[in-house]
Amino acid sequence: MDTFIQQLINGITLGSVYALVALGYTMVYGIIGLINFAHGELVMVGALVSLSVIKLLMGAGLGLPPVLIVVLGVAAAIPVCMLLAFVMERVAYRPLRGAPRLAPLITAIGVSIVLQNIAMMIWGRSYFSFPPLLNVTTYDVGGAALTDLQVFIVLLAGLLMAGLMWIVHRTRLGLAMRATSQNLQVAGLMGIDSNRIIVAAFVIGAALAAVAGTMVSSYYGIAHYYMGFMLGLKAFTAAVLGGIGNLGGAMLGGMLLGLIEALGAGYIGDLTGGILGSNYQDVFAFFVLIGVLIVRPAGLLGNSNTERS
Amino acid sequence: MSGSQIVHPHRSPAMKWVGVALLFIALAAMPFALAAVGQTWVRVINLALLYVMLALGLNIVVGFAGLLDLGYIAFYAVGAYSYALLSSPHFGIHLPFWISLPIGFVVAAMFGVLLGAPTLKLRGDYLAIVTLGFGEIIRIFMNNLNAPVNITNGPQGINLVDPLMIGSFSFGKNEIIAGLSISGPMKVYYPLMGLTILIILLNLRLQDSRIGRAWEAIREDEIAASAMGINTRNIKLLAFAMGASFGGLAGGLFASIQGFISPESFGLLESVMVLSMVVLGGMGNIPGVILGAVLLTGLPEFIRFTVVPAQQMIFGKVIVDPEAIRMLVFGLALIVVMLVRPAGIWPSSIRKRELTSP
Repeated sequence: MDTFIQQLINGITLGSVYALVALGYTMVYGIIGLINFAHGELVMVGALVSLSVIKLLMGAGLGLPPVLIVVLGVAAAIPVCMLLAFVMERVAYRPLRGAPRLAPLITAIGVSIVLQNIAMMIWGRSYFSFPPLLNVTTYDVGGAALTDLQVFIVLLAGLLMAGLMWIVHRTRLGLAMRATSQNLQVAGLMGIDSNRIIVAAFVIGAALAAVAGTMVSSYYGIAHYYMGFMLGLKAFTAAVLGGIGNLGGAMLGGMLLGLIEALGAGYIGDLTGGILGSNYQDVFAFFVLIGVLIVRPAGLLGNSNTERS
Repeated sequence: MSGSQIVHPHRSPAMKWVGVALLFIALAAMPFALAAVGQTWVRVINLALLYVMLALGLNIVVGFAGLLDLGYIAFYAVGAYSYALLSSPHFGIHLPFWISLPIGFVVAAMFGVLLGAPTLKLRGDYLAIVTLGFGEIIRIFMNNLNAPVNITNGPQGINLVDPLMIGSFSFGKNEIIAGLSISGPMKVYYPLMGLTILIILLNLRLQDSRIGRAWEAIREDEIAASAMGINTRNIKLLAFAMGASFGGLAGGLFASIQGFISPESFGLLESVMVLSMVVLGGMGNIPGVILGAVLLTGLPEFIRFTVVPAQQMIFGKVIVDPEAIRMLVFGLALIVVMLVRPAGIWPSSIRKRELTSP
């Protein structure tokens, strides 16, 4: 039973990070139908920038409280990622609007490779460890360990998602975003500057990615120039699982994927009599994805009418 | 109406054969010319030929049939592992290549159908993510199938894979023939080039065949194609199978040339690389795809050999990691080429018409 609770806790933590990253994929996809392959790299840049700032502030010996240092680290990472997303959209995606569908996918791959290698030049190939800055308290919940860091990650992710939902459903910007995602041309006829809306989707996604990056690096204790690739892949899988283009779907997909992975890793050994180990956890996630898509080709919450080919 | 059969009324058949003969002589002399520059370049051209085969295989699925496949490298892996398991000390089986290569070809085709069948209903990006998932699943299995029964030897991979051999003539060894020193890569170039030409001819014939036109019809409008009496299920499966089989053949050759394979060679990045070759060259256009494969194989190698000397010349020392620059320039090249030519460097004439017509 305690394995179950433990994996549930781990899964929810991981899932909320996936959900934050998946939102970035889904927002962009919902509006211009582009798989932004480089989104995972924004998570990586966010993690490395915040980590560098945190190390710098710790080394400066200003005697700042640890929580403030982390907040400043995130605060530095967010504008960097937003700027990157802005430039990325301007340079690599906007000129290709209306081009063959695969062209922007290739430039996205190009952007991803470029960002990875710039990060490698700046931060090197080594793994960065997150400094032991936060005093992590561990609580006992039914025989499982729950840290306050995990609680904080889940709460912050929830808060950010609620904020995003508020923007999308309660503000004029959100109204414009929803209109643009339904029909870009008609929204333009209604006086919406669709370029501005697309940039907004990219930039908001990037801010979420920066926060998610810091969460991942503090949770696992490391950051690395290559970390964005697998994380981005998982988050994209989560977005598709929930129905890409659908905000609620991205959150649901992220949570589900986190839970599937954690529970799969915890139980796959027992289920198969020890033949398959926890190194098959990724297979588990992909099998579920394929299974869901075969039954529901547009994802869990996706609308099959909006399916693009 | 297809772009590949342009009739040149002014060119006599004799002229045509002279051209073909000249081309053959040039291709036959190529490894010697490259060896004069450096043996590395012979290896690069061999690698380029493998990528041409892969890109042409993927082109069937993505370019002709319009099915976006992000897990294509799985078939390359299946072919490579089939060959390696049947012709290496790992199981102690040493089948000759004319048995193990075709087996890899057939097994890959079977995997193509196996992975294609559940995805028939999916389209566009959903198909892409599912194929990506299949690709990852196959890689993860190869990484982990060393326990409880050791099949793939896990992350260590399989060593000492047999080179291509005909009798006692090995394509893997350096040798002096008729006073000419001929290296292993130079020897292997000839069967590789032969198979590549065969695959190119097959692709050209396929494109203009009934099947090729059916693929094109499905790409343009699946519902209309099925209304015209095309069995879309079978035709799509055929695309998956044919694309996969070429990938499997290239994989078997890769294993034999490299002599060593491990799951690391078959990651998502490789799939993405082959897709980039197809799209950058000109999706659906055979000469374009060949060009894309050769360019994208050659470019990183070319940068590798120029980055260090260039830095030394300008700064007097190497200041930036050459590996990082190599990939950085590669990424920038992908972006710039797509921005300048969104339909690819050498797009098919049909595509071009679609894009420019109102």
